[in-house]
Order: sequence, then structure tokens, then C-alpha cells
Amino acid sequence: MAGAALTRTDASTMPVREPLLQRRGFLGLLFMLPAAAFLLIFLTYPLGLGVWLGFTDTRVGRPGVFIGLENYQLLWEDSLFWLAVFNTILYTVAASILKFALGLWLALLLNEHLLFKALIRAVVLLPWVVPTVLSAIAFWWIYDAQFSVISWSLMKIGLIQSPINFLGDTTNARITVILTNVWRGIPFVAITLLAGLQTISPSLHEAATLDGATSWQRFRFITLPVLSPLIAVVMTFSVLFTFTDFQLIYVLTRGGPLNATHLMATLSFQRAIPGGQLGEGAAIAVAMVPFLLGAILFSYFGLQRRRWQQGGKD
Amino acid sequence: MTYSARPIDPTLADESVGMSYLERLPRRMVMVYLPLAIFVFVLLFPFYWMAITALKPNAELTNFREYSPFWPSSPTLQHVRYLLFETSYPSWLLNTMIVAVGSTILSLAAAVLAAYAIERVRFPGSRWTGLAVFLAYLVPPSILFIPLAVMIFKFGIYDTKLALIFTYPTFLIPFCTWLLMGYFRSIPYELEECALVDGASRWQILTRIMLPLSVPGLISAGIFAFTLSWNEFIYALTFIQSSENKTVPVGVLTELVRGDVYEWGALMAGALLGSLPVVLLYSFFVDYYVSSMTGAVKE
Repeated sequence: MAGAALTRTDASTMPVREPLLQRRGFLGLLFMLPAAAFLLIFLTYPLGLGVWLGFTDTRVGRPGVFIGLENYQLLWEDSLFWLAVFNTILYTVAASILKFALGLWLALLLNEHLLFKALIRAVVLLPWVVPTVLSAIAFWWIYDAQFSVISWSLMKIGLIQSPINFLGDTTNARITVILTNVWRGIPFVAITLLAGLQTISPSLHEAATLDGATSWQRFRFITLPVLSPLIAVVMTFSVLFTFTDFQLIYVLTRGGPLNATHLMATLSFQRAIPGGQLGEGAAIAVAMVPFLLGAILFSYFGLQRRRWQQGGKD
Repeated sequence: MTYSARPIDPTLADESVGMSYLERLPRRMVMVYLPLAIFVFVLLFPFYWMAITALKPNAELTNFREYSPFWPSSPTLQHVRYLLFETSYPSWLLNTMIVAVGSTILSLAAAVLAAYAIERVRFPGSRWTGLAVFLAYLVPPSILFIPLAVMIFKFGIYDTKLALIFTYPTFLIPFCTWLLMGYFRSIPYELEECALVDGASRWQILTRIMLPLSVPGLISAGIFAFTLSWNEFIYALTFIQSSENKTVPVGVLTELVRGDVYEWGALMAGALLGSLPVVLLYSFFVDYYVSSMTGAVKE
């Protein structure tokens, strides 16, 4: 890292590259043009348009007029919106904690000396590779109120008397969608943390063991500190994608039963596309932004700390 | 992983990470293999269930009393046949393929140029551009789909594949650029300088030196982008209306579920066939895949 930085500063002061400097701005602009044009048209502009739509009463097929904060006022008094905010936070916090704990555990297991290690590592990532909607459809069948294989197995063992109503009961439905989200998210957390674990030299653990450290102490004072910058980044991504999740809920419950699993993203979709209230939907989407900004700032400081650590090490 | 040859007191070396050979087998079974087996079982069971449900005849699907639910007693391809010949499934597959390939090629081309400019041309403000690309990667589709729907309607490409090919790069370009920046960074400057001394232009350096050297990076970015676009849902759900233009995830969910009668066999067969292309791609390029996933997170 520091080596690359050194070469870079060397290179930019080298006389060989001097004549290019005049053209550098132009060249950079030329090379950036396709990507920048795309992102400005299809990312930056829609972001701004979304904010603007939030201040209008646009409907499908009818351009709206500026109505100020009326959409936000309506949302403020809308108990369904607040329920969605609560659900989203519950969903994100619960799923992220579980994903982190189980993902870290799986990463530690995969870091052991194992038979068929490569194969296990490859199949573990499958839930993340398969399209979420398609695996959610499989879960939909697994969670069927009558013919669920989980209920059947538990009844066969004798743990329960009647089938579990996975998606029909408010509490059950919340737990079910959270666990399904965890199922999908574990591989990502585990495989990225595994990449970090593999950079830890075994000699650190050996030295600590010689000094009489217990396995918990070795985890707490060697593994965790080395891993923490990576954990910050991985969890930021995880929080970000869980917070804005749409597919899983849309397939499994569509926000029901009694809106107990409605997230802000699904509510926004429901109001805007089937409901036709584009302005209100956009306002809900905009209301997600402060939370996302928080997550991004968290990520930014996580990255900064990482750079600092690398600089400090060399 | 290297093992130390020094003599270590076995009581102290108990269950160390780099010294696992000193552990006794029964303990390893309980501490490592048992939890790992549970993890693998839970993570893979839905796919197993998806596959055997797709092969079961309708009579077996809900009759757990006479047939074991865990194995199809008379496997059939009737659901696959129904899917391929009586629904628009083949055209959904084709649509998804066209959209995924189109948006991947578009994004890779734009990302190569952008990553090279940010990492190597180092124009004024390239650092900030790099940061902006990273931030763009963090913008989720669920806050963009409403304004994008409005734009797409205005452009007159609503309900066409073009709508998806143009919108998927919003998350593919930032990702690919970020990944390729990391690859370009690992290529020594000296190679470029030699080429410059020999009179090569920037374009020649990019196409003759940088690209051949970053083929692994291009493969990683390419298959990852392909998978992301294959799996995309919310844009495809919002921007596509007619049955023949749908992608696989949207088509399976919206067209195969009719009223209260769920055709579970066909649904599972659709999910299975729709997952197959990305799973095959993944199985051929596991290492590239893992490196692109970890590479995107690692700075």
C-alpha cells in the first residue's frame, strides 16, 4: 500500500511524464465521459427528481404541482408510515445483529483447517448468488401455512401439535422475514470476514498461546482488533441493503399481515406504483435518506480508520 | 498456513487456530464440524427443497402421509415441460439474458475507462471522483425507482428491455469502477512508463498493457455484474408491464401465481431454472467471484 503510494508520487514528479500534464485534465475528462454521463443522467438526476417529486402531488399519468411539505405532513400523521419506520428499524437491527454474529461464527469455522474446505466455502455462498426473489419463492413454499416441511418435521418429532402459521400471524411473520433475511445475508458477511481472517498470521496466535492466553482472549485481543475495520465496512453494507430491502418482503408477505412487515421501501412502492401516488411514494423514499446518510458516514469513518491503521503499521 | 515445528505444551496449545493439529478429534467434531454441518444444512436446504418440489408430480406435493416429503417417489419433468411450452418462460429467460449481457457490457466499457482515468490519468479532482463513485455505489435502487420510472416514461422506453439496460448500469458502473480501480492500482507504474517512453499513447497503454494484465479483474467484474443484473428485481418489476418483456424473477412471481391456486411445482421449476445460469457461472468462477466480493469491500 505504502509502496504503491510512493511510486505514485514518484511517478507524478518524474520529468518523463511532464509534457502529459497539460493534457491530463482533458484526457481524464474524455475517459470519464461515458461513466459520468450515465451516472449523471440515471443516478444524480433521478436523486434530485425524487426529492422534487416529494414536494409535488404527482400521480401516474398526471404531472403534479408544487405543494410544499404537504406529503411530509400527511406522512407525519400517517400511523402506517410510522409503523413502517418501526418495522424497518426492527428488521434492520435484528437482522444485522444476527447476520453479524452468525456470519462471524461461520467465518471462524471456515478459517479452521478443514476437509473439503474449498467446496464448503463455495456452497456456503450459494444463498447470496441465487436470485433473492427465486430463493424467496422457495421459502414461501417452505413457510406454507398447511404444507410447510418445517411444521411437518416438527410435528413428526412431536415438538408441536398443529402447523406453525409462519406468515399469517404478525409476530411470526416478523420473525420469519427477519430469519429469511439473515439466511440470505450470512454468506456475504462470512466470506468477506473470512478474507480478513486469512490475513491474520498464525504466529500471533501461537505467541499469545505461549504467553498463556485463553482462546477467548486470543479472539478478543487479536482477531477482533485486526478485523474491526473490515467489520465496520461489511456491516455498513449489510445495514444499508437490509434497510432498503424490498424483494424479500414483496415476495413473502407484501407487507402483511396487518402491515406488520411493511418496510419503508415496500410502502413507498405500494403507494407509488399500484397506488399511483408518485409524490407520496417519493416522499417516503426521501425519508429513508437520513438513515442511509448515517450509515454512509459510519462507513466513511470506518474506511478512514483503516487507512490510518495501514499507515500506522508501515 | 504454516505450522510451527517448535515443541508446544499440549495443554496450552489446546484449540488454537494455527495449531489445530494438536486438537483431539472428538472435541473438533463438536466445536467445528457439528456447527458447520448445521450451517451448511440450513443454507442449502431451501435449494434442495426447491429441486425436489420441481420434480414431484402434483399428487405428491401435498400428500405427506403416503409419500415421504424428502424424496420424490416418481420424479417427473411435467412442471418443466409446462414451464417451457405453455408459459412465456423461455422468452423471460431470453429477456433476462439480453438485459444482463447488454448492461454488463455497457457498464464494463464505461467502468474500464473511468477506472483508468481515476487511477492512472490522475486528472485534477480524480480523488474526489473516486469518492463520488464509491458513494454512487451506496445509493440503493429502492429510493431511485420512482423518479426513474417517471424519466423512463418520458423517454418513451417504458416496458422495453432498453429501460432495464439503461438503468442497471446505475449500480453496475460504480461497482465495476471501484473493483477495477483496485486492479489497476496493483499494476506497476513502470510498465506504463516504459510504454510512454516508447511513444505509446494513453489509449494504446490502456488496450495493449493495462487490459491484458487485468483480465482476472475484468472477469470478476463481468460475472459479478452479470449476476447482479440477473438478480435485479425492483426496476424490472416497475418498468416492465407486458408479459413477454418480463425478466425471470418478475415473470415467475407475477405470472405463475394466479389467484389462490399456487402451482408449486411450476413455481419451483421456474425458480430452479432461473437460478441455474448464475449458479453455473458461479461454479466455474468461484475464486473470481469471491475476490470481487471481498475486493469491493476491502477499500
